[in-house]
Amino acid sequence: MAARVLMKGNEALAEAAIKAGCRHFFGYPITPQTEVAAYMAERMPQVGGTYLQAESEIAAINMVLGAAAAGVRAMTSSSSPGISLKTEGISYLAGSDLPCVIISIQRAGPGLGGIQPAQSDYNQATKAPGHGDLQILVFAPASVQEMANLVFDAFDAADRYRIPAMILGDGLLGQMMEPVEFPDRSPVEIPKNWATCGHENKREHNIINSLYLQAEILEGIILERYKRYAQIEATETRAEQYLTTDAELVIVAYGASSRIARSAIDTARNHGIKAGMLRPITLWPFPVKEIQAATATAKNILVVEMSMGQMVNDVKLAVECKLPVHFFGRTGGVIPTPAEVLQQIKALTTGGAV
Amino acid sequence: MTIIYQKSQALTDTPLSYCPGCTHGIIHKLLAETIIELGVEGKTVGVAPVGCSVLAYNFFTFDMVQAPHGRAPAVATGLRRALPDGVIFTYQGDGDLAAIGTAETIHAANRGENIVIIFVNNAIYGMTGGQMAPTSLPGQVTQTSPYGRDVLAAGYPLRICELLSTLEGVTYAERVAVNTVPNIRKTKAAIKKAFRLQLAKKGFSIVEVLSTCPTNWGVTPVAALDWLKENMIPCYPLGVYKDRIAGEAGK
Amino acid sequence: MTIHVTIDEDICKGCGLCTIVCPKKIMVINRDKLNSKGYRPAMQSDPVQCIACAMCAIMCPDSAITVEKEDCHGSESINERQ
Repeated sequence: MAARVLMKGNEALAEAAIKAGCRHFFGYPITPQTEVAAYMAERMPQVGGTYLQAESEIAAINMVLGAAAAGVRAMTSSSSPGISLKTEGISYLAGSDLPCVIISIQRAGPGLGGIQPAQSDYNQATKAPGHGDLQILVFAPASVQEMANLVFDAFDAADRYRIPAMILGDGLLGQMMEPVEFPDRSPVEIPKNWATCGHENKREHNIINSLYLQAEILEGIILERYKRYAQIEATETRAEQYLTTDAELVIVAYGASSRIARSAIDTARNHGIKAGMLRPITLWPFPVKEIQAATATAKNILVVEMSMGQMVNDVKLAVECKLPVHFFGRTGGVIPTPAEVLQQIKALTTGGAV
Repeated sequence: MTIIYQKSQALTDTPLSYCPGCTHGIIHKLLAETIIELGVEGKTVGVAPVGCSVLAYNFFTFDMVQAPHGRAPAVATGLRRALPDGVIFTYQGDGDLAAIGTAETIHAANRGENIVIIFVNNAIYGMTGGQMAPTSLPGQVTQTSPYGRDVLAAGYPLRICELLSTLEGVTYAERVAVNTVPNIRKTKAAIKKAFRLQLAKKGFSIVEVLSTCPTNWGVTPVAALDWLKENMIPCYPLGVYKDRIAGEAGK
Repeated sequence: MTIHVTIDEDICKGCGLCTIVCPKKIMVINRDKLNSKGYRPAMQSDPVQCIACAMCAIMCPDSAITVEKEDCHGSESINERQ
């Protein structure tokens, strides 16, 4: 039986990556995710892997590109300003159909912003992780255990679909300590015949590239890639529904916000208010059908985010604006309290004891 | 019939897309011949830059990765760490290596990554139509220095071999040129030495090759060879700037 | 001893680099010919003078020139020698 240990979120991500077969980590310190790099610096040599502190977040994502091109599981980790630096590299990774895992532990922005938790990089992760027509997988854990589990899923899905995968956390999840049991599962072995690892005179040479100067050819390649994306949307979407079956008000929240919302919902239910939550676990693919199903009995939707409202637009699209979608958020690194969310729930529902 | 000279086996059938007389083609040949002669075609992975030689991945018969502008040494580092037995090199121009990629160049060298960097220095940005490079000469007229490079405003030519030779992590740094047949032979010898050092796991090598850009220098290919000799070599002297192994042997 | 120099006229870009390295000065640009790309390819003006030094081939950026030699003393390839 696997041991249950108390671990910090950032460290659990790193340990999970190693257990998922990752032996190449390239990182750079930035608050609030530096523990990922520090943990890797100590653990990777123990398992005969590579830990390299790159000269910048740009260099780190490009080292991931090289290692991924060679066919190995590679990972990097950063936080908001550092993810901004990585966007060109992420675009190349997506455009070259390379698998990898990118950890993004959100902090307050914009600019240098602050070091407290935020969720203001939702748009960056799901809409523009890099330039061009592309998507990357985006997983949103809400506990240290889930952070560990999703790392395994991220590496497997990245390899299966030849797509970069992001774990979108935040400073709260990264810094908190919770019990975690690492899954006893072997990495899914997917042959990488496309890798540039030296042809050993046994095959044609492979090229890892994203440049296609003839527009019709590039369009064709993008269309093919979007067929893969459609497959991912059909099969890999994940969400958790919490007390939505009879809910009059459904909160949609992910990550740290979802934990706060859950507390508020529990209190609301104790007061007789029929509140529930649909918690996206994948942000791309976005759980459109799951949101539609979860809001079948709802009169209102409340989106709670630690930002000025980024996911809220996707929720409106998901319900085709057929239901009122309200928003509550705090930004700048301020964490909303369950009491604040409860106030919003009460304002949007009828009945229930005060 | 004995073949005295023919196209290298490590070059594909794809015609080179370089301008007539561009010496990228000569450097490609020397690289290809070296890989074949060392018998390492099967384990070679090269990294192509952004620049005129972005399409290098079409010209070689070994595995190639196309890297973001300037980042080839970082991509090569990822390949190097993932492929302990691989033969890894980058092929970069002046913008790629000495402008946007300066940090990656210096840090890969500083870490002593066991890779070879082939640095093609033609004192100009070719692919984008002839803009000033960090390696452009004082007074050189380019599209973005139409009055001639003013060193007080735009800085001085960046001498990469000299710069990198100060780093302990660098094993071998040599500057060569391909404007004459004797120089071409020396360039090949330098490239071969660099790859031999890699195979012996001796660390980081850079071969800086002074090269021509007839189109953007505004001269004929033949005149470009003279332009290189008269203008570039005085600014970028040829020679060995670091040879750690020879230095150690001498002690 | 037979020497045979082949110039791939469709690959040649007429750059002229071969013309200045030939010690016998027999590599010239063919002013009467245009290849499929619109370049005037190189040619040997007097093949009999050729000594198979292969400097033209070494200089050619496009590997358009092949140099072959047949003699009783056994010759060695200049490039790709082991």
